Amino acid sequence: MTTTATAVSAASKGVQGSGRGPGRSREGAGRPGFAWAAPAAVFFGLFAIVPLFLVVALSFASWNGLSDPEFTGLDNWKKLFDDPILIKSLWLSVLLTFLGVAVQTPLSILLGVWAAGHQRNRAVLSAIYFVPLLLSATAVSVLWRAVLDPNFGVPAQAEWLFGDGNLFGQQASAIGVLIFVSTWQFTPLHTLIYQGAARSVPRVLYQAAEIDGAGRYRQFFHITLPQLRNSVVTSMILMVVGGLTTFDTVLILTQGGPGTDTTISAYYMYQKAFKTFDYGTASAIGVMLILVATVISLVMVRLTGYDKMNSTMEGM
Amino acid sequence: MSRRRPNLLAGFGSTVWLLVVGLPLYVMLVATFQNRADYGSNGPFALPEHFTLDNYINDFNSGFGQYFLNTVIVTLSVVAIVVLLVAPLSYAIVRSRSRVTGMVFRLFLLGLAIPSQAVIVPMFFAMSEAGLYDNLLGIILPTAAFAMPVCALILTGVMRDITPELYEAMTMDGATHRRVFFQLVLPLSKSGISTIVVFSALQAWNGFLFPLVLTQSAGSKVITMGLYDFQTEHGVDMPGMLAAVVLSMLPILLVYLFARRALVQGLMGVGGK
Repeated sequence: MTTTATAVSAASKGVQGSGRGPGRSREGAGRPGFAWAAPAAVFFGLFAIVPLFLVVALSFASWNGLSDPEFTGLDNWKKLFDDPILIKSLWLSVLLTFLGVAVQTPLSILLGVWAAGHQRNRAVLSAIYFVPLLLSATAVSVLWRAVLDPNFGVPAQAEWLFGDGNLFGQQASAIGVLIFVSTWQFTPLHTLIYQGAARSVPRVLYQAAEIDGAGRYRQFFHITLPQLRNSVVTSMILMVVGGLTTFDTVLILTQGGPGTDTTISAYYMYQKAFKTFDYGTASAIGVMLILVATVISLVMVRLTGYDKMNSTMEGM
Repeated sequence: MSRRRPNLLAGFGSTVWLLVVGLPLYVMLVATFQNRADYGSNGPFALPEHFTLDNYINDFNSGFGQYFLNTVIVTLSVVAIVVLLVAPLSYAIVRSRSRVTGMVFRLFLLGLAIPSQAVIVPMFFAMSEAGLYDNLLGIILPTAAFAMPVCALILTGVMRDITPELYEAMTMDGATHRRVFFQLVLPLSKSGISTIVVFSALQAWNGFLFPLVLTQSAGSKVITMGLYDFQTEHGVDMPGMLAAVVLSMLPILLVYLFARRALVQGLMGVGGK
């Protein structure tokens, strides 16, 4: 999840940071050839691009993991669109993603802007806030599973807050836990994005505003927030792609349950493949995930001016 | 600055968030130093009555030493592959005018959009066919491949900041591409290289899905798998489980304590502007 998520933002960063290039007159001698790129290209092609073609091929085949895959045309796809659990899983993916963005965005903007200040206690607190990002999704999920355990965890100590305590037993609270845990884990990353952006807002804007008598909150809404526009886009796209492909958290915290109430698409794909050994259908779900992720990154291209890529390439 | 009224709302909010972040970490740490019975009867907030390191010792005796070693092997290999391949790649992307190199770059950009989850089935298929199932190499190769696009973007970003005059001066002196790469590009890209080391190491250390699907036996399990097994098999042994969580993050925590600045900057580079 983090891979894609962080990847997308780094893309925009890498591109934004590369605006300058040598002038046209400098071309000519001393250009390294393709040979320098070849090892990486071959490696990446073999272990990332070939599987991409394979997953498309497998989505048109039936394979149980033992015998050879057998071509079955559109069967998997037809089966999928008649599958109520799949439709439900898509809905759940969208819902979880949407709620995740809605909770994390305001929170990380506030924390990021706050952390962009320079007082000493902010540095210390930011260092503590950062710790969840160091834990693997597995560790985070196991930790929260223990903390929220109905018998031994915090809910047993605080019945006034948690009621009967089994947060994993109902859809609403199970979804709440998933949102909360991913917020806990990923807020530091988004905070960092906003912190960096808030620091690069030109000081003169605030000085001008103070001369005009604008207070702290007006400055926040009329200067800081508009200046963070690009970061909001970057960060939201990270959340969306990350949210759609959340997997470890669901596997460990809820196993898709109760029933199929938190079975999101990525988890459903895993179940299809490695629990019911229906690798063909799982591949079809995988293709869907790739399509969605690609559409999102294309939208991102538009929103962030990422397509300026071409001009910087020319300038090189 | 003119007036410095304390921002009460921000102070309150940041304290609440400190509790949200800190309490579970406190519960985790305190739990690992007591036995199961104490944790069960005293609850998650109590300080240990009988301080003990047994949870850590038990974890180590039940295979975590092996998982640890495997994870170290995976992480070092992934970092080595990524740095060895991405550094020359980025050099070519930044300096080459070849059409093919441009296409390669676009291929890597495309790779940014592929969620690794989505290709897990063909990865399982291919690794089984190649005889790499349940082999550490089977985790190392795809993990490195999926870390490469981001690393390439980070490093090309850094290498583009090397001024053309420097290349020109070296080329005028008759330096080969190899010399330019080793004596100019690499030394000037140190910050970018450390960023991609940090990034790929985090990816490899925390990797879950590839190990889950591509390994099986205890001899080839990594530490995230050890954690997952613990959770499914002895889920009621909270102190033991939380000690395993602490063990899994210990090396990264140490890096964080000693190299916080580099780590944060690395992730900031990954995260946005």
